[in-house]
Amino acid sequence: MAYDKFTILKSSAVPMPIENVDTDQIIPARFLKATERKGFGDNLFRDWRYETDGTPKKDFVLNNPIYSGKILVAGKNFGSGSSREHAAWAIYDYGFRCVVSSFFADIFKNNSLNIGILPVQVSPEFLDKIFTAIEADPKAEIEVNLATQTITIAATGASESFAINGYKKHNMMNGFDDIDYLQAMKEDIKVFAEKSLY
Amino acid sequence: MSNKPATLFDKVWDSHVVRKIEDGPDVFFIDRHFIHEVTSPVAFLGMEGRGLKVMFPEKTFATADHNTPTINQHLPVQDPLSANQLKALETNSNKYGISHWGLGNPKNGIVHVVGPENGITLPGMTIVCGDSHTSTHGAFGAIAFGIGTSEVEMVLSSQCIMQPKPKKMRINVTGKLGKGITPKDVTLYIISKLTAAGATGYFVEYAGEVFENMSMEGRMTVCNMSIEMGARGGMIAPDETTFNYIKGREKAPQGAAWDKALAYWKTLKTDEGATFDVEHTYAAADIEPMITYGTNPGMGMGITHHIPSALAGDSKASYEKSLQYMGFHEEDAMLGKKVDYVFIGSCTNGRIEDFRAFASIVKGRKKAEHVTAWIVPGSHIVEQQIKEEGILDILTEAGFQLRQPGCSACLAMNDDKVPAGKYAVSTSNRNFEGRQGPGSRTMLASPLVAAAAAVTGVVTDPRELMA
Repeated sequence: MAYDKFTILKSSAVPMPIENVDTDQIIPARFLKATERKGFGDNLFRDWRYETDGTPKKDFVLNNPIYSGKILVAGKNFGSGSSREHAAWAIYDYGFRCVVSSFFADIFKNNSLNIGILPVQVSPEFLDKIFTAIEADPKAEIEVNLATQTITIAATGASESFAINGYKKHNMMNGFDDIDYLQAMKEDIKVFAEKSLY
Repeated sequence: MSNKPATLFDKVWDSHVVRKIEDGPDVFFIDRHFIHEVTSPVAFLGMEGRGLKVMFPEKTFATADHNTPTINQHLPVQDPLSANQLKALETNSNKYGISHWGLGNPKNGIVHVVGPENGITLPGMTIVCGDSHTSTHGAFGAIAFGIGTSEVEMVLSSQCIMQPKPKKMRINVTGKLGKGITPKDVTLYIISKLTAAGATGYFVEYAGEVFENMSMEGRMTVCNMSIEMGARGGMIAPDETTFNYIKGREKAPQGAAWDKALAYWKTLKTDEGATFDVEHTYAAADIEPMITYGTNPGMGMGITHHIPSALAGDSKASYEKSLQYMGFHEEDAMLGKKVDYVFIGSCTNGRIEDFRAFASIVKGRKKAEHVTAWIVPGSHIVEQQIKEEGILDILTEAGFQLRQPGCSACLAMNDDKVPAGKYAVSTSNRNFEGRQGPGSRTMLASPLVAAAAAVTGVVTDPRELMA
């Protein structure tokens, strides 16, 4: 599915200083029954966000109107557990384009990159700086620049670089995906498959 | 081929790289692809949108498991959304010529149980599925891991995915396991040492005496849980135990093909002198029956211990949030805690050996009155074995009912949900908040610990009930 190109994102951010946020929290299994990719944002963080009767939980960050933005900032080991891409879909569908953490689970990171969410891994120290900046000003602007691979807190100018491989960076900046790439090399794959033992 | 010593992982990985992209991932060829009803429909939809076909339908196998009811499988599925997903899997499989073992098919069951038991999973293969517990198949010396739906679409349409090669970790467990210590305890012990993120970025090889002496069922339990410490997968070098398990299974090679395959499989081991990025060694003698007390699988401990006061590396706030959810306190003993539900099953512990272990404890005893127990085989073949071996009689005598195969209460997508606030001892793989139903509280453990809880109604050391 096509996604928006990612170049520079300037936005306020939503803070979630919780560690080990697993994909069952991001979207519980009972909301995985759709056969199309739509509407998953409504159930993002469902059980943290809503009471069982559907009323919003006041103390959950997504229900706090002072926080908004296209960047989600979370504690370490974000996206652990199930491989459900629905977790990344829910985050994208809700309106986030970037998740910042000091550590990501592997499958979640891959899934995010495949659908146009940029996972930005920063040092634990820089993560703390972001949380502090948001605490001081809930509208604190964060700038994520994919071309220069830097993330900057506008108010303080504090900045850190982040890693992404050149191939994925090129894809994200142009809105390309792996399926395009693989379709273009099918002849090579066919030749390879002929030698396969299985 | 170079003569440089290589690891088992290197041998299998490197032989499946179609192309190396500079400053990018490897284009990685997939030998076997499993699909199920939950993570495949959007992939098929994506292919249709692009006008793509399935490149090698014979390399993909479909089974329905996540959504399926575990009673009355002969009746129409009640939940319309689940029924719709099951129908979509059938329709898509038929449309593209993919083998489909749907609800009611005698081969149906949990994807990671049916693959091995039908000889679809073989050593040296690369295996993926839109399910993180695909790591299970590593027990055969395969590279097997979970993927997202975009990648399911890639495999269907090109038989490849794009993967950066993970780093390598070896985990050795030396010595012999004591009485009542099962493969589940071994893996929960390792994860408790490494934490839920301790192997992120790595592919694990399990080695040493404990794994060499382990059955295939046990090896599958261990490899299955690799993802719970963040590893992409885990694998064990194939040996006589592996070959004996595979031989004669329906889709396993036969005759001359078997001899050829066997000769190759015997080369699948880590060479002397090959190196790993990280290596950990544990002693079997230090492992006791394990149980988790928190909301990630790294929060596990020996069943006779007390809940620790903090978890290495995690913030106090996250740790306290977890204990609060569970309704537990630092320094609590786990023994004696009340249990409301017991679940035995899942791709982790839903194989025949697990039900034998469970039966060995409940035999001659009665289910505790207040406990609701869900006994769910991993497949119809396991269900059949349970009946043939007389295990069903033992279960019935003790007041338990056998359900029909599926993922069931492991992720509670069907009706098998633990109610809010209730405690479950579960042989599954995840104790995340709400994993077994909104508000459910999960304690992960082995089939022996589950059985001991089922008959006593509280967390109990199974060794006290063993002859």
